[in-house]
Amino acid sequence: MKLLLEKAHIEGIHHYEVYRKNGGYSSVEKALKMAPEDIVEEVKKSGLRGRGGAGFPTGMKWSFLAKPEGVPRHLVCNADESEPGTFKDRYLMEFLPHLFIEGMIISSFALGSNTSYIYIRGEYAWIPDILEKAIAEAKENGWLGKNIKGTGFDCEIYVQRGGGAYICGEETALIESLEGKRGNPRIKPPFPAVQGLWMRPTVVNNVETIAAIGPIITMGGEEYAKLGVGRSTGTKLISACGNINKPGVYEIDFNLSVEEFIYSDEYCGGIPNGKKMKACIPGGSSVPIVPTNLLLHESNGNKRLMNYESLSEGGFQTGTMLGSGGFIVLDEDQCVVRHTMSLARFYNHESCGQCSPCREGTGWMYKILKNIEYGKGKMEDIDLLWDIQRRIEGNTICPLGDAAAWPVAAAIRHFRDEFEWHVLHPEEAQTRNFGLAHYADALSPVV
Amino acid sequence: MIQFSQEKLDKANEIMTRYPEGKQKGALIPLLHLAQETFGGWLDVPVMDYVASLLQINPIEVYEVATFYTMFNMKPVGKYVLEVCHTGPCMLRGSDQIIDHIKNKLEIKEGETTADGLFTLKPAECLGACGYAPMLQLGKFYKENLTIEKVDQLIEELKAAAKN
Repeated sequence: MKLLLEKAHIEGIHHYEVYRKNGGYSSVEKALKMAPEDIVEEVKKSGLRGRGGAGFPTGMKWSFLAKPEGVPRHLVCNADESEPGTFKDRYLMEFLPHLFIEGMIISSFALGSNTSYIYIRGEYAWIPDILEKAIAEAKENGWLGKNIKGTGFDCEIYVQRGGGAYICGEETALIESLEGKRGNPRIKPPFPAVQGLWMRPTVVNNVETIAAIGPIITMGGEEYAKLGVGRSTGTKLISACGNINKPGVYEIDFNLSVEEFIYSDEYCGGIPNGKKMKACIPGGSSVPIVPTNLLLHESNGNKRLMNYESLSEGGFQTGTMLGSGGFIVLDEDQCVVRHTMSLARFYNHESCGQCSPCREGTGWMYKILKNIEYGKGKMEDIDLLWDIQRRIEGNTICPLGDAAAWPVAAAIRHFRDEFEWHVLHPEEAQTRNFGLAHYADALSPVV
Repeated sequence: MIQFSQEKLDKANEIMTRYPEGKQKGALIPLLHLAQETFGGWLDVPVMDYVASLLQINPIEVYEVATFYTMFNMKPVGKYVLEVCHTGPCMLRGSDQIIDHIKNKLEIKEGETTADGLFTLKPAECLGACGYAPMLQLGKFYKENLTIEKVDQLIEELKAAAKN
């Protein structure tokens, strides 16, 4: 079922007139007749979970928002999409800007935010123009501005570009950046819901989360919750990339099997050139990489499904995470050591430098991985890598430390033989890749 | 003297109105983008001081922000900055070969600018175009689904554009 991308194929849907003619803004009409707290209640009932990666229930996040007398509150949309493998928010903003703005208006109304901000990554430099045009059209038609449709509610939405920093996807770093500072995450508590932007109560939500608000109001929270499986309600956008035939953004039902997602022509269309799949990172680069056998099946042998619970079944020993939905596929000719090195370089580049385990650890891991990749590795380096990642995880202010540690840990956990091969065959490793390993013993204990 | 044109100054002032009274510092990053595109593609100290004066903040508050964010150049760059993504998903689809090709063709290393001042090669970390990899950013826009041929063509087009 398509809720977000239902209208994506309609020509000119990014124009207000076309969008409106196709039922656009009817969810705002409905919402403006409701009491704000009833909207929050509907979102709670929907079971919607934050689509940025953490999967925290949105309705609950909204209900934490403090409402002290006389203090303005803010809604901030996190459009700082920077997690490698993830490009779904970009798709929504580029092609369905009005769906997103609808969600922004309803959410602002529900939370009582008279000034809301969209913080978009600086590199998406052409998208603010698209969003600002949509905002201007909404305003011309009375959906934004003063006394919206006679409700007495005023709302302005502004778009701000970032300066190129992955860390600003962390909500407190994003808030710092929006205030015109370096993107250093804050120590929590206080949480943004109590003291966020300019120390005012603030809700920060991902683009896809906000875009889902319109459909939830239209169909009702209970109906939305009926879609999906268990605590994975509604639908999810997956951005698929890497070695697949049809990279792109797909809206999926949560009961879709991972196997069907990868191999069916409706989605990724299989692996190019008749190759086999070696491994996959299903939720953005921060979540554990898993070999094919563990990706396709849960530990009980059942087919793994594309939802929060099924993908994380087995914990980090045999499972992974849905995360942001950045689905990265590696074919049999890819080198896990090199790929892990590339991700380690990314996290080293993006560490804000505030916490020493992350600042020093990410650089150290990158250097060791570079040595192993380029034939200068030692066998004890593999254990050293394991030790470093273990000491980063959980020891930093924000989750970037964990995000940097997990890919390295999972690569060693599942592909240790490939790391060892690099160390034992330094010259051969420069000329060819390890290839497809055998993972029959994948359930054996780790390092 | 470093100064925005009246049109750019109006734009800067409009951006500052987006923030509540007394919170104009929020406009710092947007203003740095505006300044960088206006004053030669990088942020020299007098440029940053000018931005500080517009926002009525201390120059150090601008320096510390400008140096934190990857998109702000702290030294001069070429007329065209080729920012080629080399993070995991792009690497899986051949970004290493694209970077090597540009290095050989333009005879520069990563981070360097060609002697004629036309091109700078800057490897970039994930730009959110993983499904359309390999890719590069050129100014405001992305060039996606790159091949060696497309890169050659782009470089020729840019060389021709620079002559006109």
